[in-house]
Amino acid sequence: MSDARLSTLAVSGGFSDPVFEAQAVFRALMDVTARPGTVHTLPAGVAPPAPLGQGPGAVALALCDPDTPVWLDRDIDSESVRAWLSFQCGAPLAQGPERSAFAFVKGETMPDMADFASGTQEYPDRSTTLVVEVEALDGGAALRLEGPGIDGQRRIAPRGLPATFMTQRAANRALFPRGVDVVLVAGLCMMALPRSTVVSHVNEPEAG
Amino acid sequence: MSAAAALGEDLATYNFAYLDEQTKRMIRRAILKAIAIPGYQVPFASREMPMPYGWGTGGVQVTASIIGPQDVLKVIDQGADDTTNAVSIRAFFQKVASVAVTTKTREATIIQTRHRIPEEKLQAGQVLVYQVPIPEPLRFLEPRETETRKMHALEEYGLMHVKLYEDIARHGHIATTYAYPVLVAGRYVMDPSPTPKFDNPKMDMSDALQLFGAGREKRIYAIPPHTRVVSLDFEDHPFEIQTFDEPCALCGAEGVYLDEVILDDRGGRMFVCSDTDHCEDRRAAGHRGRLSPDEAYAGHGQVQEDTGR
Repeated sequence: MSDARLSTLAVSGGFSDPVFEAQAVFRALMDVTARPGTVHTLPAGVAPPAPLGQGPGAVALALCDPDTPVWLDRDIDSESVRAWLSFQCGAPLAQGPERSAFAFVKGETMPDMADFASGTQEYPDRSTTLVVEVEALDGGAALRLEGPGIDGQRRIAPRGLPATFMTQRAANRALFPRGVDVVLVAGLCMMALPRSTVVSHVNEPEAG
Repeated sequence: MSAAAALGEDLATYNFAYLDEQTKRMIRRAILKAIAIPGYQVPFASREMPMPYGWGTGGVQVTASIIGPQDVLKVIDQGADDTTNAVSIRAFFQKVASVAVTTKTREATIIQTRHRIPEEKLQAGQVLVYQVPIPEPLRFLEPRETETRKMHALEEYGLMHVKLYEDIARHGHIATTYAYPVLVAGRYVMDPSPTPKFDNPKMDMSDALQLFGAGREKRIYAIPPHTRVVSLDFEDHPFEIQTFDEPCALCGAEGVYLDEVILDDRGGRMFVCSDTDHCEDRRAAGHRGRLSPDEAYAGHGQVQEDTGR
């Protein structure tokens, strides 16, 4: 890929109206974080270079900047994605997953949640927000959510999470108030599983 | 943008909602972490605002970071829509964000409040933004931030119970009446800001998202909807809210928080709803209290002028 081509990719596909689009994406994120398991659809319009998806790209534009080291999983990493994030957000690349404020990963191949920053007991907010691109937010195995933001229980069935997701999630919940926060994105649809949410298999009595 | 054009060329123009975009992103990230860790105080890089500390700079920064052109904003100061702090903050957002404003609780999508929670039950989709002076519930018991932070980290809240116990030892009951400490989602002890303890039960399992901003102290914290919020107490001294002997003198409401209004220098006084919107709503619906003005006046929107407030 030539340098000229690279720079065109990097400078296009951002917010056309940064102030109001960033606000709309943030409000969607705030709503899904406050009500874990609910789905919001992001406004279309962002066009990040492959393999970064539209949804994760919109989240990056809304929240990442020079203050937030970003980590890209190898399935999302490419020269053009790096150039795009660098130009659009000014976000530096994190030295490793444990140093990242935001990490962009694919569902099936995502690293263990324990590899990311979980904050400290005094400052649990200094933790990674994990943006996970999955196949779909429905059609998978049914999961039960309980915790703050949920009136009783809520059921979700995202498709395309790793087989070990539930054990990783249980370990992450056990760290509370430390832990990573997860945003699941499929296309432009988005759902959040903040660390406070207890996730369990529907046919199992209790898990993490 | 259009907001800038509306302000006229001769005035300095600002970004939508006053704050620059990088500041908003920083505050937005803090808000998301605050929601993910209910009751935990997230430090943020609070900015100087065009109003003094103590006037709600924390709440204003939170509101400015979440507000969009579709929002309808309500601002209350001790329950009232028409007092100085509420009027100036409402005017501020009309000027810098051109948003719609209202005094009706049920019409608002964002309600910024100084020390009250509206009487009307809040809905899903509404956001209540509190202005907080001192966010740290343990601050008057332990002045060192390093120590209070460690106490939160270790979930060591014995000192708070000692403080409430000392109330009982000295006064025979828990004498704390406002900024009454709560336990959020079974983990963090939190200062609900100087709301009367009357409002504490409204925070529990609320349908609305509650955000707290402390500008001078540079902290943001949150209670997601449907979250358990328990006021601290003892088995033999359970938490109780204030009760009032008489109903609102204007609308006759009972079970609401009342303000005392002095009427003359001979001991005359009345108690009226602190929540002005709630009171006006009730009067519009035909409810009358002991000192209500005539029907003729009340029916023609003259109520406020006639109350002498």
